[in-house]
Amino acid sequence: MTVDIQPLLLTFKLATVTTAILLILAVPFAWWLSQTKIRLKPVVETLVSMPLVLPPSVLGFYLLLAFSPEHWFGRWLDRALGVSLAFSFQGLVLASIIFSFPFIVHPVQAAFQNLPKSLTDAAKILGKSNMQIFFRVLLPNIKPALISGTVLAFAHTVGEFGVVMMIGGNLPNSTRVASIAIYDEVEALHYATANFYSAVLFTVSFVILLIVYLVNRRAKNATSLY
Amino acid sequence: MLQASINKHLQGTNGEFLLDIKLEVTEGELVALFGPSGVGKTTVLRCLAGLEHVSQGNISLSEQKWLDTNLGINVAPQLRRVGYMFQDYALFPNMTVRGNLEFALRKGANKQRVQTLIDMMNLGELQNHHTATLSGGQKQRVALARALASEPKLLLLDEPFSALDAEMRARLHDELLRLQKSMGITTIIVSHDVGEVYKLATRVFIMNAGRIMQQGAPATVFSAGQSSGKFRFTGQILALEPMDVLYSLTVLVNNQIVRVVVMPDEASALKIGDSVMLVSKAFNPIVFKLA
Repeated sequence: MTVDIQPLLLTFKLATVTTAILLILAVPFAWWLSQTKIRLKPVVETLVSMPLVLPPSVLGFYLLLAFSPEHWFGRWLDRALGVSLAFSFQGLVLASIIFSFPFIVHPVQAAFQNLPKSLTDAAKILGKSNMQIFFRVLLPNIKPALISGTVLAFAHTVGEFGVVMMIGGNLPNSTRVASIAIYDEVEALHYATANFYSAVLFTVSFVILLIVYLVNRRAKNATSLY
Repeated sequence: MLQASINKHLQGTNGEFLLDIKLEVTEGELVALFGPSGVGKTTVLRCLAGLEHVSQGNISLSEQKWLDTNLGINVAPQLRRVGYMFQDYALFPNMTVRGNLEFALRKGANKQRVQTLIDMMNLGELQNHHTATLSGGQKQRVALARALASEPKLLLLDEPFSALDAEMRARLHDELLRLQKSMGITTIIVSHDVGEVYKLATRVFIMNAGRIMQQGAPATVFSAGQSSGKFRFTGQILALEPMDVLYSLTVLVNNQIVRVVVMPDEASALKIGDSVMLVSKAFNPIVFKLA
């Protein structure tokens, strides 16, 4: 049996890039969501949570339409930036970001909301700027939520199938991630290869989730003292 | 000199009320805001610190204007140089005791100040502990040290000793007095403990429903009308029963149950659950010294 490990590498590359971008986008967004009093907040929260309940194929379908050169958005991307998102790695990254957004926003937002407001007040009185407060007081005190959110977003991206199927297609080295490859190999009756990919994904997912639970348990022990 | 006039609508348990107070505190003085909970004491401190929006008023500390709603001046809390001790202490759980104090230092401040405060507040053994592992009294000492670490011009203490037992409280009272005197910081303490106010403050402002009802030296204010040699106790009626031609009245006073007799016409005006004041001549009482 010769196994092409490209799909696995691509999967982890996709998950790493997605998670890194998510951290930069979702953490400030979660903070904003935890503080805001705008009337549209329920609508914003609903939109963020939609990927949790929507069949991935629905999201994939709309993204595919939007990315296609027939659509104004796809055309604009193509003309202005020279990027074509349909059936490309960049397209997968964008779709994964949207798809895994709630997995990081939810725990981080909840953690921000649970921090006593007096911590921010105390830091303000000690002369600290909003940036200093965010990075030196707020973020360090939501570390467990940050870790579990990050890990979950990573794991969820690894496990993606429907969205990738819709907008990525099955291009080797570009969009053929492990979950797609498994489907492919099974269709071609290459059970040994499919088993190899599956075993790797199973092990990685198990380890990742185990880390989340261990971190949460440690955090719970720590906060019980607080 | 701290001068403040604050106007603000507050939401209380009995609906909205207006916080409307004027304060003047001389430099280096320690004064107390005294009153039941929910009358706006904490809000006054938060307004002084700049944490709360003031609808109308002005605040200035020795020629420095912090707030003037008419001129549109509102100095950010970061620039007011206030030391604030929160009721929940608000220690940063991600930092050690020493870390909390170092975080409070101003830019360019001498690091030695942290060591001085650690020695002063007896925190040497705890300095590398995380604040989550500390007891209430220890947290309180760290919070006070942290408030002082930023070299404040005004120290605001929000019921700092409420969660402590009597012995610890007395010790920390002494410590606070010593520190406050040696540093000469203008200090406002919120309290609803008469003994505490008596011991710490040179002047007390008695607040009720958003207003200052009375102010003066604690000895004068608290004993006003009581210097006639009478005991006055307030309590709650637990039982009211006829007894021959009189009525027996059972009153709960400070966790003690007291039984007294009242005349039938007095009894007719009373019912169970009423708050009452018992007054008695303090003539020839028996005095026991407690260990």
